[in-house]
Amino acid sequence: MTVTGQRSAGVPVAEGATGSVRLAAVSKVFGRGGSAVRALDQISLEVPPGEFTCLIGASGCGKSTLLSLVAGLEQPTSGEVTVSGRVALMFQEPALFPWLTAAGNIDLALRARGLGRAERRQRTTELLDVVRLGGFGGKRPHELSGGMRQRVALARALAQDADVLLMDEPFGALDAMTRDLLHDELDRVCAGRELTIVFVTHNVREAVRLGDRVVVLSSRPGRIIDEFAVPIEHPRRIDSAPVAELAGRITDRLREEMNDGPQ
Amino acid sequence: MALNEGRGSVPAYAEKLAWLEAQETETPADQRGRRLANRAWAALWPKALAIAIVLAVWQLIHISGWKKLIFPGPAATLSDLWGQLHTRLLWHAISITSERAIFGFALALVIGAVVGAVVSRIAPLRSAVGSLITGLQTMPSIAWFPFAIILFGISTTTILFVIVLGAAPSIANGLIAGVDYTPPLLLRAGKMMGLRRLSLYRYLILPASLPAFVAGLKQGWAFAWRSLVAGELLVVIANQPSLGVLLSTDQDQADMQGATSIIIVILILGIIVDMLFGVADRAIRSRWGLTGTV
Repeated sequence: MTVTGQRSAGVPVAEGATGSVRLAAVSKVFGRGGSAVRALDQISLEVPPGEFTCLIGASGCGKSTLLSLVAGLEQPTSGEVTVSGRVALMFQEPALFPWLTAAGNIDLALRARGLGRAERRQRTTELLDVVRLGGFGGKRPHELSGGMRQRVALARALAQDADVLLMDEPFGALDAMTRDLLHDELDRVCAGRELTIVFVTHNVREAVRLGDRVVVLSSRPGRIIDEFAVPIEHPRRIDSAPVAELAGRITDRLREEMNDGPQ
Repeated sequence: MALNEGRGSVPAYAEKLAWLEAQETETPADQRGRRLANRAWAALWPKALAIAIVLAVWQLIHISGWKKLIFPGPAATLSDLWGQLHTRLLWHAISITSERAIFGFALALVIGAVVGAVVSRIAPLRSAVGSLITGLQTMPSIAWFPFAIILFGISTTTILFVIVLGAAPSIANGLIAGVDYTPPLLLRAGKMMGLRRLSLYRYLILPASLPAFVAGLKQGWAFAWRSLVAGELLVVIANQPSLGVLLSTDQDQADMQGATSIIIVILILGIIVDMLFGVADRAIRSRWGLTGTV
């Protein structure tokens, strides 16, 4: 099944974004022979510039594998992955370097891009402000809360000046209140930037809260079974009626799939 | 939150956020001083108690009369040590031994770090040399002395050679272990950031290896110190009074008090250096948030 990115009326798309992702009949098999596991099966997906696409599915549907393929950390067994623009990846764990301060972590991402000292210092301060950690640059990761660490990770991802931001359940390990705050935070951060985002989650409401489009994956092997446009005006709230209503429909679709498919 | 806010406007949760952060950030700095004093006391009293117990047992053996003629009590030994501390000879010996220890260990550090860095990076070399390094580590250093003495004669080089052979394998192994246990997630994050080859090594793998490397240094020091004292007993160089030389002179003269005094000096020097490594280790652990008490 081929899914193309259609923009629904009323859904804001970041103007001027250039990064895009295209997967054409991508499959990924781990292992060989009898023990081979087909993680992804014939995935075709197009994420146009500036779109916020959420991928949703039960655990084991190969969501993270898909992001690794887009990030170039792994190669597909068959099919083609085309990414235009620079890619940054955010993980479920903050994956900050414990020997560096919050500012140091961001600074290293800038250094990897080859920026000079003065520019790095200025950009680090800006990025810490963007994620509202202005006074916390000197703190080490273990001195920060889970939500603050994930915001440093977001700043570090932004520091990579990527066109495509891949997010692998970045708020999955956080409590509901912190996650709610970070959703608002992400909206705000994205607004001023020309970012194309692929966001993986198993939380249907989160997907509807954030995405312009929600793509539903089946499990074992991961296949695209459906997609939903999210024509809900911003700002959205995760507990608002339209979000709950659409999330309910997507959940029904997921249930249907899980009942039909292999257990 | 106001409903008319567009995507990207500043929402009204800033206070909520500030409140959350106030709940979650570290304890204030004024508690640090008290914690430091508590920690110093916690570190000191077991050591003081251990010394007291050793002295008491020693005194008891002395009182029991076992080998009374040749086995001195703590009072006689400590006064002998006190006396020796007022001679130039002991301090000269301490300085010569320390100099060799520092120079030998520095040499072992450079060689161990270079070998560790190269071996951990190159897979075929790893399978070729990896188990050899561990083999060298388990080799009793005293076994190298006949080889070294024939090769370099009775000289400081001989002693340094054996120190390096004793300490460098531990240091190399520490670095290799650190590189091996660099968390894969951090490696993925580093690669996504665009760190490659040398920059990946310099900014990610080496700092990530630091705790294991310091553990290797600590173990390497223990081997170096042992090799050094053994070497000084065997390799006696004229006009270079080392702790080992003093010890072997005491043996020749059956000076039990003198020998015991030197043993105490060697023990204390070893403990002091070990404590320095302990400080470094703890500093790293607290920087990384690996300690139980935050």
